[in-house]
Amino acid sequence: MLPALFERFGLNQLWPTGGFPGGVHPPEHKITADSPIIELPLPPQLILPLKQHIGEICAPLVEVGQHVLRGQKIAKSQGYVSASVHAPTSGTVVGVQDHAVPHPSGMGRPCLMIEPDGEDRPDESRAPISDYRNEDPALIRERIRMSGIVGLGGAVFPTFIKMLRDQRHPVQTVILNGAECEPYLTCDHRLMLEHAHDVLRGMDVIMHAVNAQNGVVAIEDNKPDAIAVMRGAIEAAGMDNVEVRTLPTRYPQGGEKQLIQTITGKQVPEGRLPLHVGVLCQNVGTAKAIHDAVCLGVPLIKRVVTISGDAVPNPANVCVRIGTPIPFVLAQCGLEDLNDVRLIHGGPMMGERLPRTHVPLVKSTNGILAFHRQSLYSEQAVEEPCIRCGHCVEVCPAGLVPNELAWHCRNDQFDRGQDYNLFDCIECGCCSYVCPSHIPLVHYFRYAKGQVAKIEKERAFAELSKARSEARDNRLAREQAERAARRSKVRKQHAPAADKAAKTAEKKTDEGKTGEGKTEAVKKEGDKA
Amino acid sequence: MTLLISSPHAHGGDSIRANMLAVILALLPAAGVAVYLFGWLALFLIVLCMLACMATEWGCLKLMKRPTDRIGDGSAALTGLLLALTLPAAVPWWMALIGCVAAIVLAKQVYGGLGHNPFNPALAARVVLLISFPLHMTSWLMPMHAPMLIAIPPLNLYDFSTCWQLFWFGPEALGKGLDAITMASPLGHVKTEWSRGIGAIEALRNYDYSYLDAFLGREAGSLGETSALALLLGGIYLLARHTITWHIPLSFIATVYVLAALFNAVNPEHFAPPLFHVLAGGLVLGAFFMATDPVSSPVTPRGQLIFGIGCGILTWSIRTFGGYPEGVMFSILLMNCAVPLIDHYFRPRVYGK
Repeated sequence: MLPALFERFGLNQLWPTGGFPGGVHPPEHKITADSPIIELPLPPQLILPLKQHIGEICAPLVEVGQHVLRGQKIAKSQGYVSASVHAPTSGTVVGVQDHAVPHPSGMGRPCLMIEPDGEDRPDESRAPISDYRNEDPALIRERIRMSGIVGLGGAVFPTFIKMLRDQRHPVQTVILNGAECEPYLTCDHRLMLEHAHDVLRGMDVIMHAVNAQNGVVAIEDNKPDAIAVMRGAIEAAGMDNVEVRTLPTRYPQGGEKQLIQTITGKQVPEGRLPLHVGVLCQNVGTAKAIHDAVCLGVPLIKRVVTISGDAVPNPANVCVRIGTPIPFVLAQCGLEDLNDVRLIHGGPMMGERLPRTHVPLVKSTNGILAFHRQSLYSEQAVEEPCIRCGHCVEVCPAGLVPNELAWHCRNDQFDRGQDYNLFDCIECGCCSYVCPSHIPLVHYFRYAKGQVAKIEKERAFAELSKARSEARDNRLAREQAERAARRSKVRKQHAPAADKAAKTAEKKTDEGKTGEGKTEAVKKEGDKA
Repeated sequence: MTLLISSPHAHGGDSIRANMLAVILALLPAAGVAVYLFGWLALFLIVLCMLACMATEWGCLKLMKRPTDRIGDGSAALTGLLLALTLPAAVPWWMALIGCVAAIVLAKQVYGGLGHNPFNPALAARVVLLISFPLHMTSWLMPMHAPMLIAIPPLNLYDFSTCWQLFWFGPEALGKGLDAITMASPLGHVKTEWSRGIGAIEALRNYDYSYLDAFLGREAGSLGETSALALLLGGIYLLARHTITWHIPLSFIATVYVLAALFNAVNPEHFAPPLFHVLAGGLVLGAFFMATDPVSSPVTPRGQLIFGIGCGILTWSIRTFGGYPEGVMFSILLMNCAVPLIDHYFRPRVYGK
């Protein structure tokens, strides 16, 4: 009551009430909070993008016509920051082609098409590591890497990289992120209710792998049932070093940096990782996936997704194979006609609007929201002039001045934008949410970030070319100098023989000629290079 | 219309229009007090100013070939209301009209319209009027119900025809000079007495000053500035609605109070007491409704505190040492100039830095 009153009058800045600065509390709309997770049937075709993570794209391991088993690796990671792809069910590979993926641009990416055979036969080559506590942490990390696990909260960063041990920065606390601060989404909430034990075991695997002393399960106070269930499960499992922490319901409480500040009271220093404050953050869904990979030997082939929004007749939490086409999933929830419906991939605050509907569900999909066209704010908004009310400054969890920043970004003043800490923006959308002038601030920031990246790329290329041409000039000059030095050395050796002066004079002219010829030859070579 | 596909896809429902209407609503108690004190005259002035500002805004938008439905955002109406509340009740109608045109054209539209004006339009217009017509702008009509007046007011302001005559044709039409129907405000009285070598305490005593009347608003002054109570009601509504934050009003009023208290403690005979400073003149109106104008005040909480403190220092200094009896208007306008600088140097702390 009192903190809420403080917040209402803006007094929380006088007496810090704990947690991160700023934030908003949008209507929660968690209409699916009480619907149990439903396992969906297999679709007629699965579409598996080769890049569902941050990092390098994968290379396919299978050919068209080949039969694959459930859980079989079908695409391998090509770089360090990458995550392999596994077949979600048994079936036949029917194509390797570009297909639209969930992306705001509607662009296509290479995908593997699999036609399920309906038998769902598993690949049993990976044995479960049931006694993980006595296993080498490196082996567990390798299993997590091989299982294609990425952060399922939406960032899709390969999980094993976050779990690398660094002697200088030991992880003390593992935070299990069950905040789920986005409106509508309830998949993590349901996971905690229905699979509390698995989630906790997954957390235990993480804690063992990074050798952390204690763990915190962070849940917003709008999920009292999940808090009770997790507390009970912790007690039942006898995990003394793990506690459930109740957080105030405030968006973006589930943002990694915000969560760390709420739990530890520390901010992650600029340019550093949570690791540097002794913390590792993992999403509830990721912990479940880690449990499945390590304790059951099942790679990441399905996930829980919230299907909601005012256009969905039967909103639900569904467990879906990765690669299932989104229209198929929506049809299962009673939404067949996608005309005049707008799809959001993720939550309403940070999700992307999908310009194309026939896209697959991927590892990062935590929710699909379908709205009627007229009820989607971002499509109705008409921008008005900024009245400098400062609400965006109040709610920015990153401590930016969004109105000034947007001003510079809109006018392509990217230097000034970076002076206003453009790259500290986490794109949470709080500023746009409260803006009385309906200015799409986040849109401007994304635009500016993209432009800056492009400029940097061009500059790097120009500098590389410049360095190359300079190196070539230097090389040519050096070679010429070396030849000149050699020549004068030869001249000196011949100089004492005064009686052969006449002959030397003749030789000199010869040498000069050959020398010049050589230089020209070198020059030609250089041009070719 | 551009098709936005960027998140967020939800919105809190706030709008410029809602904010402007909220401020207008919050000013209604003060406007009510104005009608209670100055009768029909207050009503005439308020209606005239609001209509004139909206008409001027419409004309500007039309001239600049901008969408004229912008008039619906309520900002012009609010400027008109604010300007009316800062005027003495006895100003001629054409003077108010000049003020309205100055507010919209000179202080707002020449800078690019809503959101781009460096100064509060209503206050800038008031300065134009004060400098152009100093006599009328400092002659305060004797209000109804003011207990400190020994005689009953020379005019019955609840009489429609009296006010109609006074409003359109001036006091001469009623056979009275301006002097006969106006009086000094408490601040003006103190200033005059100082020039005669009389200290503030003595001056207030011979003015028959009462804190209670000043708080309730039963004294001479501009239309909307007299009643601290009515203004506080509106201010608290705006705070609760989160249209304004506490930073500027609190730091502004507290600074005036502290400065006045310090000097009053040193020389109580000469310097006016702190509570007098807080209740007198346009401080409460300025602190809650003028200095908090979003466009011309800083955006960051720390910046707003600096802004409020600056306003407070300037207000007290102008009242005590300046040539004008009242300093709220000038202090806010002067601090408006400093806003870009304040915004530049008092940014919030960036996460992780």
